[in-house]
Amino acid sequence: MKINIEGLEFSYNGKPTLKNMNLKVGKGEFLSIIGPNGSGKTTFLKCMNKILTPKQGSILIDKYDLNKLHREDIAKLVGYIPQAERGAFPTSVFDTVLMGRKPHMKWIPSSKDLEIVSDVIDMMDLSSFSMKNINELSGGQRQKVIIARALAQQPRILLLDEPTSSLDLKHQLEVLEITREQANNDVTVVMSVHDLNLAARYSDKILMMKDGEIFHGGGTDILTPENIEPVYGVSVDVKRDSDQIWIMPKKIACK
Amino acid sequence: MFQNQVLDEYRKDIGQKLLFGLSAVTLLTLLTIYAILNGPVKLTYTEMYSVFTGQIVSGTAYNIIWNIRLPQVLTAVVAGAGLAISGAAMQSVLKNPLASPFTLGISHAAAFGASCSIVLLGTGTTYSTGAVVLDNPYITSLSAFTCSLFSTAVILALAKLKKATPEIMILAGIALGSLFTAGTSAIQYFAEDTQIASVIFWQFGDVSKTTWNELGIISLFVIPVSIWFAYNSWNYNALNSGDDTAKSLGVDVDKLRIRAMIGASFVSALIVSLVGIIGFVGLVVPHMVRKMIGGNEMLLLPVSCLMGSLLLLASDTVARNIISPQVLPVGIITSFLGAPLFIYLIIKGREYW
Ligand SMILES: Nc1ncnc2c1ncn2[C@@H]1O[C@H](COP(=O)(O)OP(=O)(O)OP(=O)(O)O)[C@@H](O)[C@H]1O
Ligand SMILES: [Mg+2]
Repeated sequence: MKINIEGLEFSYNGKPTLKNMNLKVGKGEFLSIIGPNGSGKTTFLKCMNKILTPKQGSILIDKYDLNKLHREDIAKLVGYIPQAERGAFPTSVFDTVLMGRKPHMKWIPSSKDLEIVSDVIDMMDLSSFSMKNINELSGGQRQKVIIARALAQQPRILLLDEPTSSLDLKHQLEVLEITREQANNDVTVVMSVHDLNLAARYSDKILMMKDGEIFHGGGTDILTPENIEPVYGVSVDVKRDSDQIWIMPKKIACK
Repeated sequence: MFQNQVLDEYRKDIGQKLLFGLSAVTLLTLLTIYAILNGPVKLTYTEMYSVFTGQIVSGTAYNIIWNIRLPQVLTAVVAGAGLAISGAAMQSVLKNPLASPFTLGISHAAAFGASCSIVLLGTGTTYSTGAVVLDNPYITSLSAFTCSLFSTAVILALAKLKKATPEIMILAGIALGSLFTAGTSAIQYFAEDTQIASVIFWQFGDVSKTTWNELGIISLFVIPVSIWFAYNSWNYNALNSGDDTAKSLGVDVDKLRIRAMIGASFVSALIVSLVGIIGFVGLVVPHMVRKMIGGNEMLLLPVSCLMGSLLLLASDTVARNIISPQVLPVGIITSFLGAPLFIYLIIKGREYW
């Protein structure tokens, strides 16, 4: 599904946090949002599935106005992976992933729901501890469970908030391969991420945010030293191979 | 195959938990029969059978069963279930293991309402023979109920005014609870001895107070509210992962939380007003169940009902038989029985906090 955002503004308790955001993401496109801590990435993602309600602007999903859609209907279309999550009471890995089926099921999960869940658990390599409590998992394992839940939801749009932040090298690649696969299957992906190399490697489009505003947006070719330095305050070297971009931080730029 | 193994493990796990639930049902049935037969006057199984099949329609056994034991036993079952599921729902929507009708001040408010009615409206007196009589139990109960609902309304209004966060509701509940406790003390200070006795007597949770009518009123609300809670179990599951995640899974978080609080408060206020204060069941039963079968609300809520019934009925049976022919109020026993059981589970059961 397409996402079309126009003139979006958001404030936390009157403090403007997102200013005049405009964005178009096409069907099956993989967009990475990058920007320093506190630049508004999480806030922006939360607006895209009505966890937060912006005070101005419009968000269209295909031709539907997000504001007019019911939560239950949004949940059938949009999956969300939060930056951090910790439950009050423990649940098993299986039950957590099964929760992703909630928007689609009635009271008792059908055998189709259970099958989808076990497939996703298998795909994410969680089988060996599927009945364990998620509180007894490592941070990275838990992050994978949460990603698995969003995949079990089978959304048309996937919002990921730093999905690789606690994963090791292999799992970072694994999760992003799976996410890329989703995009190839026409799921629209919007991901916030701090690792510029990963963003460059897997995304179709890049959105650079700074202080609640869009600094720049476009293809991965916008990842240039001239753009990165003013956003992060770090000077970088950027190398380009035929289809690969390498970004290496040099030093913190003086203000 | 790996995939089937995951499913098999899950099905096996669910199967075991269902078996546990089934055992609880069986145990509850047996205990109900035992409770009907035993008390200051012992009855035989044949007598009970004849009464239920209509072969005996008068006499001692008939009177004891229909007018004393059955309403009492069923009140224990229904009140235990209602308190336990209310506690479970409150803990889930407030995401706090300390939430219960007691901690949220509902019992304190009820006690205050009853005191007001007994002392200010004179709906209770103690006769010189020592027997405590509540002249007009309905007015006392109504007053207790009104106060509990008022307290809940204040909590919810505060939550609505600010933001419906669990912390605000719990803190407001605790604050109101101590306010009502102070109010009760103040009233008692100015009351006469006989009135104080009535107030204290009212506060003892006792399932033998109820008649068929009151049992009917309690059931009329406990049963549908419990079904409604169970129907919402996936919403509560989602809420457990955090408000943001729950919203992303299609749950209208604020509405769900406020409605669950209204349902749970209403049911517990009703029970407390008619039966008196029975602490512990609402707080501890959900934890026991979580420790025994885990946190999936789809099982947690119905099994909490069963365990609540079991605990309250067991306590009541002990209370009626322990120092026979003297009969203790059940509220005292629930804590005596529940606390060690709970401590045992803290030591032995699965950990989650
Ligand atoms: N619940 C909140 N209430 C008030 N202000 C908030 C809240 N959440 C975030 N903010 C503020 O909004 C701004 C944007 O926060 P946001 O979480 O969107 O940043 P981010 O880009 O996701 O940062 P990070 O990279 O650290 O995750 C920050 O200045 C933050 O302090
Ligand atoms: Mg963030």
